Amino acid sequence: MNKPKKKLNGNSFLLMITILLFIIMYAAGMIIFADKGFAKPQMFLNLFISNAGLLVIAMGQTIVMITAGIDISVGSVTALVCMVVANQMENHGASAFTAVAFALAIGLAYGLIQGFLVSYMEIQPFIVTLAGMFFGRGMTSIISTDMIAIKNEMFLAWANYKIYLPIGTYSKRGKFIPAYIYPTVIIAVLIFIVIALIMKYTKFGRSVYAIGGNEQSALMMGLNVKRTKLKAYLLDGVLAGMGGFLFCLNSCSGFVEQAKGIEMDAISSAVIGGTLLSGGVGTPVGTLFGVLIKGSISSLITTQGTLSSWWVRITLSALLCFFIVLQSIFASLKKKK
Amino acid sequence: MQLQELEVTRNMKNKFDIRKITGMRLFMPIVCLLAVLLINVITTPGFFKVTLNNGVLYGYVVDVINRASELVILAVGMTLVTAASGGQDISVGATMAVAGAVCCQILSGGQVTTNTFENPLILAMLAAIVVAGICGAFNGFLVAKLNIQPMVATLILYTAGRGIAQLITKGQITYVRVDAYKVFGGYFGKCPIPTPIFIAILFVIIVYIVLKKTALGLYIESVGINGTASRLVGLNSTMIKFLTYVICGVLAGVAGLVASSRIYSADANNIGLNLEMDAILAVALGGNVLGGGKFSLMGSVIGAYTIQALTTTLYAMNVSADQLPVYKAIVVIIIVTLQSPVFKKFMANQKAKRAASKAVAEGGNQS
Repeated sequence: MNKPKKKLNGNSFLLMITILLFIIMYAAGMIIFADKGFAKPQMFLNLFISNAGLLVIAMGQTIVMITAGIDISVGSVTALVCMVVANQMENHGASAFTAVAFALAIGLAYGLIQGFLVSYMEIQPFIVTLAGMFFGRGMTSIISTDMIAIKNEMFLAWANYKIYLPIGTYSKRGKFIPAYIYPTVIIAVLIFIVIALIMKYTKFGRSVYAIGGNEQSALMMGLNVKRTKLKAYLLDGVLAGMGGFLFCLNSCSGFVEQAKGIEMDAISSAVIGGTLLSGGVGTPVGTLFGVLIKGSISSLITTQGTLSSWWVRITLSALLCFFIVLQSIFASLKKKK
Repeated sequence: MQLQELEVTRNMKNKFDIRKITGMRLFMPIVCLLAVLLINVITTPGFFKVTLNNGVLYGYVVDVINRASELVILAVGMTLVTAASGGQDISVGATMAVAGAVCCQILSGGQVTTNTFENPLILAMLAAIVVAGICGAFNGFLVAKLNIQPMVATLILYTAGRGIAQLITKGQITYVRVDAYKVFGGYFGKCPIPTPIFIAILFVIIVYIVLKKTALGLYIESVGINGTASRLVGLNSTMIKFLTYVICGVLAGVAGLVASSRIYSADANNIGLNLEMDAILAVALGGNVLGGGKFSLMGSVIGAYTIQALTTTLYAMNVSADQLPVYKAIVVIIIVTLQSPVFKKFMANQKAKRAASKAVAEGGNQS
């Protein structure tokens, strides 16, 4: 009698919705804005180029959210990293390599302090990272209130090194225009793959899922809950630092108001990608699609041309709201079963 | 032996007395306020000097109390939200911007700047407060009905709110250059005391009376301490949580009107900027546990004045507005660390250890 039914639980269903939404959104864009070049492969690659930093930041955010935590300091970490990198290279003669070290050190310090406060002092992650967010933004303006443009040759060489791909389009005269990406995309995609593997196959990754699912049982199973949480925040901090550096490669400058709202983008990408706010569920792959959806929304709105830029944020918030409501409905359905 | 026992009991009695004072709910907030004021007296000699210029009171103290008005109003709402849901509403700053935008836009009748009211003032203010209430209701629906973590739910409006305010003002700063509109952020008639002070006191008293005369205050506390248990004894905990968010939204709307009246314009990007942090800080400084449960309205109000005094102090020490968050963030972290259960347990353990070693030493003396 009992036929083996293919199980489609709420979580994979959410991921399916996300992927479907992305495909529909992008296909619609290709049809509506075909004359503005939306269908070109370069347009798709641009999604990765402009969101490479966000992708890395969102990876860290996903890990933290799977532990049932949250990190809203990532935006100001990005701004701080950009500012420090720009300041060190322009005003203190540091090399581009030292700048990378600075970026990672800031991320590491943030991860260590916030992780310690959250895991060992048991303070709500939101309060800790809210303070971190204000701290980072304030520090940025202490370093400099003016915009610092980066003119370091090696840095600019990194930022503008185009890697041509064998795919592309033909111009009207039949000349082949290859599509290109920047090194930031390769770094971001590599980090994405590494994180996806870590979350799936390592002891640390599995412990993170276990803790997010039920902290009490994870503790009783003999997992070191506090240390795992600290590691999760540490990894998140380092990724935020790295993401900030990639962001800087994209913008080539440092200023106080930079990357405002990136934390929201990262959180909504993760939530849209199927990460549960209550923890325990979520995949890096889902977050990747979340980032792509965010990218499509902003490129659709910029291609459209007449809508103002704050529509991106409003649309994203509405989408986030929609997915949060969906999650909560699934959660209440599960309870009723 | 008997003598020793007597001494121990006497010691305990003394300790008990000190604890009675230090254990009072308002002890910490008042000490913080006094500390900040003391620093001010040392750094700025004329801090408590109040002068009367052009029929209007001037002085640092007046300035602190005046500027703190919006924060006091916000802190009252934030206290209720914190007590009932164990989380904070971080969208209050954005709600203020929305309320200011709605009010100014209605008053100017859609123009960028106006010298006369295009619509009645009372209508515009009511509309602004209703819109702010709707913002609060939206947050409340997500938190109370859908059981979403408060700060994540309010994050939606935190980011979208300023965009919505921009949308209402069409991306411009709407000016209302009418004297009647400047009253709420300026001076009323010939009264030498700034109006915002009265507005803040009025709303604190209203909320206080509502909480004391009805059982709402008790309900909010019981829902915050244990939501499930409150539901089982027959309280509609969803409704109570929802209500606190609506109240918080309405109060944020009032604060937004005051802030907008101060600059007689709707600046969607700057009204209430970073005030959510200050409001949370005020609640924490007031001795309220950020995890919900029992609360003290007066503590939060004192906390709000403390924060404003701190801000004014930092300004007097030539710290720019951009850099303020650094110091406030450090203060928040210190307060929440002191409040955290882990730290309290650690302190209790230390105390127990000290007592034990003392007892051992005394025992050694006896033999």
